Amino acid sequence: MRRFVVALLCALTAGAAAAKDGDCMTAAGAGAPDFGLPRVAQAIAKKKLDISVVGSASSELNGPAGTNIAYPTRLETALTSLLPGVAVKVSTFARPRETASEMENKLERIVTDSKPALVIWQTGTADAIRGVDPDEFRVALDSGVDVLQAAKADVVFMNMQYSPRTEAMLAVGAYADAMRIVALQREAVLFDRFSIMKRWNENGVFDLYGATRTTNIAERVHDCLGRLLANMVVTGAKLTTAIKKDTH
Amino acid sequence: MALPKPGERDLRLDLFRGLALWLIFLDHIPSNIVNWITIRNYGFSDATEIFVFISGYTAAFVYGRAMREHGTVVAGARILKRAWQVYVAHIFLFAIYTAEISYVAHSFENPLYGEEMGIFDFLQQPDVTLVQAMLLKFKPANMDVLPLYIVLLAGFPPMLWLLLRRPATALVASVTLYVLTWHFEWNIPAYPNGNWVFNPFAWQLLFVFGAWCALGGAERLSLVILSPVTLWLALLFLAFAFFVAMTWYIPGLDALLPRWLEEWMYPIDKTNLDVLRFAHFLSLAVVTIRLIPRHWHGLHSLWLRPAILCGQHSLEIFCLGVFLSFAAHFAMVEINEGVGMQVATSLLGIILMVLTAALISWYKRIEGRSPGSRPGPPGAATLVGGGA
Repeated sequence: MRRFVVALLCALTAGAAAAKDGDCMTAAGAGAPDFGLPRVAQAIAKKKLDISVVGSASSELNGPAGTNIAYPTRLETALTSLLPGVAVKVSTFARPRETASEMENKLERIVTDSKPALVIWQTGTADAIRGVDPDEFRVALDSGVDVLQAAKADVVFMNMQYSPRTEAMLAVGAYADAMRIVALQREAVLFDRFSIMKRWNENGVFDLYGATRTTNIAERVHDCLGRLLANMVVTGAKLTTAIKKDTH
Repeated sequence: MALPKPGERDLRLDLFRGLALWLIFLDHIPSNIVNWITIRNYGFSDATEIFVFISGYTAAFVYGRAMREHGTVVAGARILKRAWQVYVAHIFLFAIYTAEISYVAHSFENPLYGEEMGIFDFLQQPDVTLVQAMLLKFKPANMDVLPLYIVLLAGFPPMLWLLLRRPATALVASVTLYVLTWHFEWNIPAYPNGNWVFNPFAWQLLFVFGAWCALGGAERLSLVILSPVTLWLALLFLAFAFFVAMTWYIPGLDALLPRWLEEWMYPIDKTNLDVLRFAHFLSLAVVTIRLIPRHWHGLHSLWLRPAILCGQHSLEIFCLGVFLSFAAHFAMVEINEGVGMQVATSLLGIILMVLTAALISWYKRIEGRSPGSRPGPPGAATLVGGGA
């Protein structure tokens, strides 16, 4: 009897956890990427997919045991299971407080060293905090895309986190707009982390208002972001293949 | 069909300035469902344009008369005194802001937001930031409008002098400065990085244009403003802006906008008062003048009284609005961020603004000054421009 109750409880909690995870994926409301990812499609065909994440502090997160639980690691895990037989490797180049133009300066070296098929460029928050001219921010993104496209890497921009506590104190609008515009002009994919997290908060999937010292919520947020990114990468690659088939 | 005449009080100015103050308050509360009603969601321009234009208009109205009656020096001195009052108000708001942000910095912790906590870094070096704030170079989010006014007012005495003598030259000078600003990318540097969010060299265009209208420009333009062609052009442009705004919210709709148009149009630059924003404001103004004639009896109705009252004490109510938007956000963070709370804090904020405006009017009455058309003693002026 006791065993039965324990089993039941386990089943229930597992079910609840699964429902919660499902919630975060559907509640994210992330649509299909606006553009395809041709280099990723080629890499998948060659069974070896290298991805570089360039970003600031919000691309890093360490659990209590010091294990890396940030979204790049989660992305790697999710892609590995979505793409059986493909060797997936995600490398992170994240430094706290780094602005887009500082990251732009090291892009050249990153693409020469790691030759990624895809660069996920997370930026915006540090620039907003430091009050960088949004126009300079836009120019940095634009020349960064120059470097990445010349190195034959696909580009995904990831914008800032939605942070309700600091929302009234940190004006991110102009930077989010700049990322949207450059993505559109340069046919880069935008991963709209801001809107996704905002929807999570509105739908009660994650309580982003609450103060906490533990990494519980952060871990689940990053896990979900990683899996959403993985879906986006796979969809983006398929999109390219579909377009190719159409034109041939 | 009435256009404002110089030297006559126009309640529409108070009405729309009051409404603009409410909209600015609502827009400054983040994640507030109520700010879906504000105009920035349905076109290019927002309440800031209305506010700057009307402030230019009333500044010319009040100080233009002072300059004619008491001379350039007296009127110039009064304008500078006003600029000083706005400066003091700004520093006062900064103190309140710093108190709020310090509290949040100490009470909030979440490993997810390690990066965002960087905005509290400035608290670590008060020696630098406080001085930079007093120099108007360090301006926290949503505290950019008053510094713009201070600069616009400080530069206004010579411009007013010119407007009274050669209005056309003054207007050409203003447009030239605007064009040069765009061409050479002039702006005032900010701390720790970047430039002013509202570039005074660009936004002066709207302020001077308002002043020019007040000093007879509107009459000179009346044939143009009241022609049906202008009205249709304005309506067409508003419809276009509305459609573009909808593409921001309805996924898939932006596919209907041609690529070349998007590349030409974006970014719609708020810092430098994009031409699209200016045109959108002008279109709104043309339609509004048609819809609400100057002597429309509704302007004296009880329903519009609250907005008009707020518009008559704009500096005080503007500052109160900024403070209340901090307070509303604070309440949402600390108590509840639900839709009910958003609506309640928005409504409560507007009620407090109206009550305060009524209280200020009452004070002025018992002190023997009226917020009427006659400019009272120097102190009677409210924000750039006073009782008008």
